[in-house]
Amino acid sequence: MALHGNLIVSIEECKGCGLCVEACPPKVLHLTQQLNHCGYHTVEYTGQGCTGCGICFYVCPEPGALAVYRLAA
Amino acid sequence: MDGYVLAQHRAHSFYPVFDRKPDAQHQTHYCPGCGHGILHKLIARAIDELGIQDRTIFVSPVGCAVFGYYYFDVGNIQAAHGRAAAVATAVKRTRPQSIVISYQGDGDLAAIGSAEILHAANRGEPITVFFVNNAIYGMTGGQVAPTTPVGAKSTTTPFGRSVENEGYPLRVCELLAALEAPIYLERVALGNNKQITAAARAVKKALEIQVKGLGFSLVEILSPCPTVWKMTPVEAQRHVRDELAAIFPAGVYRDRSKDAVPWNAPARPPGDVRGMLGIAPSNGKKPAPPGTFVDQRIKIAGFGGQGVLLLGEILAEAGMRAGLEVSWLPSYGPEMRSGASNCSVRLSTAPLDSPVVSSPNVLMALNEPSLRKFLPDVEPGGAVFYNRTALPEDCRRQDVHFILRPFTELADELGDARAGNMVLLGAFLQMSRALPLEAVGAALAHMIPSERLRALDLEALERGRQLVKEILP
Ligand SMILES: Cc1ncc(C[n+]2csc(CCOP(=O)(O)OP(=O)(O)O)c2C)c(N)n1
Ligand code: SF4
Ligand code: SF4
Ligand code: SF4
Repeated sequence: MALHGNLIVSIEECKGCGLCVEACPPKVLHLTQQLNHCGYHTVEYTGQGCTGCGICFYVCPEPGALAVYRLAA
Repeated sequence: MDGYVLAQHRAHSFYPVFDRKPDAQHQTHYCPGCGHGILHKLIARAIDELGIQDRTIFVSPVGCAVFGYYYFDVGNIQAAHGRAAAVATAVKRTRPQSIVISYQGDGDLAAIGSAEILHAANRGEPITVFFVNNAIYGMTGGQVAPTTPVGAKSTTTPFGRSVENEGYPLRVCELLAALEAPIYLERVALGNNKQITAAARAVKKALEIQVKGLGFSLVEILSPCPTVWKMTPVEAQRHVRDELAAIFPAGVYRDRSKDAVPWNAPARPPGDVRGMLGIAPSNGKKPAPPGTFVDQRIKIAGFGGQGVLLLGEILAEAGMRAGLEVSWLPSYGPEMRSGASNCSVRLSTAPLDSPVVSSPNVLMALNEPSLRKFLPDVEPGGAVFYNRTALPEDCRRQDVHFILRPFTELADELGDARAGNMVLLGAFLQMSRALPLEAVGAALAHMIPSERLRALDLEALERGRQLVKEILP
């Protein structure tokens, strides 16, 4: 299956709230064991199955934690 | 990532770096999962999309969002608790072209600020209010809010909110919908991505209404506060969806945006108000000549007894008689005599937004402590009048104009050292030409009843004008 979307997480900005994990329709996000400099378990994209829908971006409270990419038509 | 385009990313209207803390330059100070962050992003996005970043003024509240000015790269003002809608009113009225956002929590808007919001809405002020209802006081650690659900425990309702003791949850949209003036009132929620998308539309619409100049718009946002609610962010979102939305139904409570006509800045008061109030003879009021722009931000400082406050009052009175917008703001020292005193005066052809002068373009320093205190604040290019012929070694600046004359001593030679303020006034008038002499004469006639003193003052004024003529013929 072609990858329609892609996601870049800014580890230092993520606060590990998990709202994006909950909201992502294809469930391609999870929280890692790793802690960032603020002590939060940050989110990670499995690398497979992102549709580029942008939902994670909208539910995330941090201005720059997530950047969503979409395959140009 | 060949072939990919950026679809969603950080809005332009946020600062690229948040200066608040060296170790958190990109993060907000909000708790993980807090609704304030989500709403900030919706607002920043809408500002970007509407292209209004360079004319938006964001009024931050007291509450968890008090640091809004660290995040939004727009004009910012921090208001006292509950007063955001009143401050926003002032900003909008003095700067009608700006887009003014009043961002308020439920403690801020529905408790301490209930009067301000009610009257701003009732007057139909053409501002946009974002009202964050998280049903609790967040910043102060969880006291009951007017919006707290019945039965909910808080630090001030340890057995749960009771109707007998604290009354019913206040429904702000419903309340404001009873008024004639509001154009747009909607309640949205941040309970899941669908609700957040709807909230994004409402936020943008509310701002668009202001851009079109249609009138008062308010969006109430049911917002998670996981920390005080003692829930995980995901549980808090569910609580918004299931519990809060049942008490505060989402929906449009008013939408007159289709029929509303664009609002124009309120007309100036009719007739000659100054004449009616007796502060100036009706026929004496001269509007400032068109095309001349006056913006004098004057700081006057010295010892009590040097006539600092009176000099300010005379300037303001004369400005008023010359048809300018004026303000006079005294600041008294703790002692009545010989203590330090200062005042701020503004004279302007444009409406004034604030009587505070923090970066003066004119400093009148009648003694050395005043010079030391205020010289660093003077705007580059500004004028500094100092009551001596030389500056202290360590008080030099290359980027301001100094007028160094012993005003007090010159007045003493004329017979009364107390008229030093008038010598200084004369020098200022000659140099700035901000005010016509007749206006100053009329102000003196009004404020100095003693003919003897007035004659002395006029003489002192003339002496001051001569001083500057000698420097700048
Ligand atoms: C005049 C005044 N009274 C009280 C306070 C203390 N105070 C600070 S924040 C706050 C409540 C804020 O609650 P809310 O408006 O709901 O915002 P939130 O923190 O929940 O976002 C109070 C009472 C204050 N700063 N100033
Ligand atoms: S863009 Fe959509 S599919 Fe991709 S990670 Fe975000 S929510 Fe999931
Ligand atoms: S919503 Fe944002 S802050 Fe929360 S886990 Fe996802 S990326 Fe991190
Ligand atoms: S206390 Fe509540 S409202 Fe304040 S930042 Fe934390 S979650 Fe947000």
